Amino acid sequence: MTTRYTKDHEYIRVEGDTGTVGITDYAQAQLGDVVFVDLPEVGKAIEKGKEAAVVESVKAASEIYAPVSGEVIAINEKLPDAPTFVNEDPAGAGWFLKLRIKDASELDALMSEADYKAYLETIS
Amino acid sequence: MADTSHAALKTVLHAAHLAAGAKMVAFAGYDMPLQYQSGIMAEHLWTRQSAGLFDVSHMGQAFLIGPDHQTTAAALEALCAADISGLKPSQQRYSQLLNDEGGILDDFMVTRLPSETHDGTLYLVVNAACKDADYAHIEARLPADVKLVRKDFALVALQGPLAAAVLESLAPGIGDMAFMTSRTLQLGDIWVQASRSGYTGEDGYEISVQANDAPTLWDVLLADERVKPVGLGARDSLRLEAGLCLYGHDIDGTTSPVEATLAWSIQKRRREEGGFPGAARIQRELRDGPARKRVGLLPEGKLPAREGAAIETEEGETVGIVTSGGFGPSIGRPVAMGYVAAAHAIPGTRLHLVVRGKPLLASVVPLPFVPKSFVKPAPLKEPA
Repeated sequence: MTTRYTKDHEYIRVEGDTGTVGITDYAQAQLGDVVFVDLPEVGKAIEKGKEAAVVESVKAASEIYAPVSGEVIAINEKLPDAPTFVNEDPAGAGWFLKLRIKDASELDALMSEADYKAYLETIS
Repeated sequence: MADTSHAALKTVLHAAHLAAGAKMVAFAGYDMPLQYQSGIMAEHLWTRQSAGLFDVSHMGQAFLIGPDHQTTAAALEALCAADISGLKPSQQRYSQLLNDEGGILDDFMVTRLPSETHDGTLYLVVNAACKDADYAHIEARLPADVKLVRKDFALVALQGPLAAAVLESLAPGIGDMAFMTSRTLQLGDIWVQASRSGYTGEDGYEISVQANDAPTLWDVLLADERVKPVGLGARDSLRLEAGLCLYGHDIDGTTSPVEATLAWSIQKRRREEGGFPGAARIQRELRDGPARKRVGLLPEGKLPAREGAAIETEEGETVGIVTSGGFGPSIGRPVAMGYVAAAHAIPGTRLHLVVRGKPLLASVVPLPFVPKSFVKPAPLKEPA
């Protein structure tokens, strides 16, 4: 199991051909208090770099992009009632959706955890 | 995702915000605190239960100075629809600068300073984003014997149910001030001009202070454990729950005070006499009702509708637009305001707010979303 990261602060945790997508701790801190997550329907095909979900914080709506292309096979049904999971445990209970990854080679373009940490150093 | 752009202008409290770990944001050309470390939700709720301290020094403060009250008041009455000549010394009013079509150039607070010391002086507080345009507009229309004098005072707001108690410990008697009145007083050893007003729907004060005294005042107020600093994020959610307009969003050069349901700010004499910019439209709207109206909108469910969302009937006909929308921390659900055609402005009307192509069911509701907690206004008549 590996986790890959985007420059837009999404993560995808890969297990076989399935990826669990969410936002990083850095992203949740930037967004502030999350009040709602607008998730796609299960079965929807989403495309790398295109909108996968929208996070509503008190102050704004922010688009979350798909790290790789794939079909949505599950969404986090708990988020509507517990959006604060995104702030409290973004890598765990605050996950957004699971994808069936269409093309595993797209993962190669994403950052490893070490690369992402180095990237955070450059922007903070 | 993060906006790392930095605005050129700073208030005199900028260093204090950075020291407190504020997340800064560009607003009206200023680098301002969006939130402090506890976050918008916590700051909002703290203001409703205790006392929140806001730096609003980016706002424009100015004096209109003429030979006597009636002359200065007449000069301002030529630009807005409020009764300024009828202001009593130390009384404050809310009004709007109007264009010739009766649209709103800016909204502002005006205070008549005490006659003994400042006869003929009105104190204005205008929006940061509008202040240069406002001052130019006002100066171009003043008679020769009335001058506009810009002041570089700092301005802080202490808002919330415990604001008066906090200030009482520094200035005994301040809690007796009536709503929408102003007083010159000392907080500790700092001279300030305090008015009992605000932009949160809570009781509270806006405190104008010499810029070089502001950092000390900020620290003195924060030393009280009932007080926490609050940024622009919660300022916006607080005013939205309180049903208060944000200039450039809920009101602008196309909206009239009547459409914006601000007709309460046009006193009887002015309604009857007219004599303000756009009087023909505004008097007609007062008589016949406006074609569109600002309303409160309560979405069902948990998805907020933001500014710009179209408002449709349940049959899909577009009847308006959302001008402010977000999440209301105190009521724990999304809230919005917008303009709708008058026929759809009746409380209880069910409408759709279109968010990312999806129609959200919402009801028209009376404003505010949370009850206002102001103290009583000043008596209208002088005691016999």
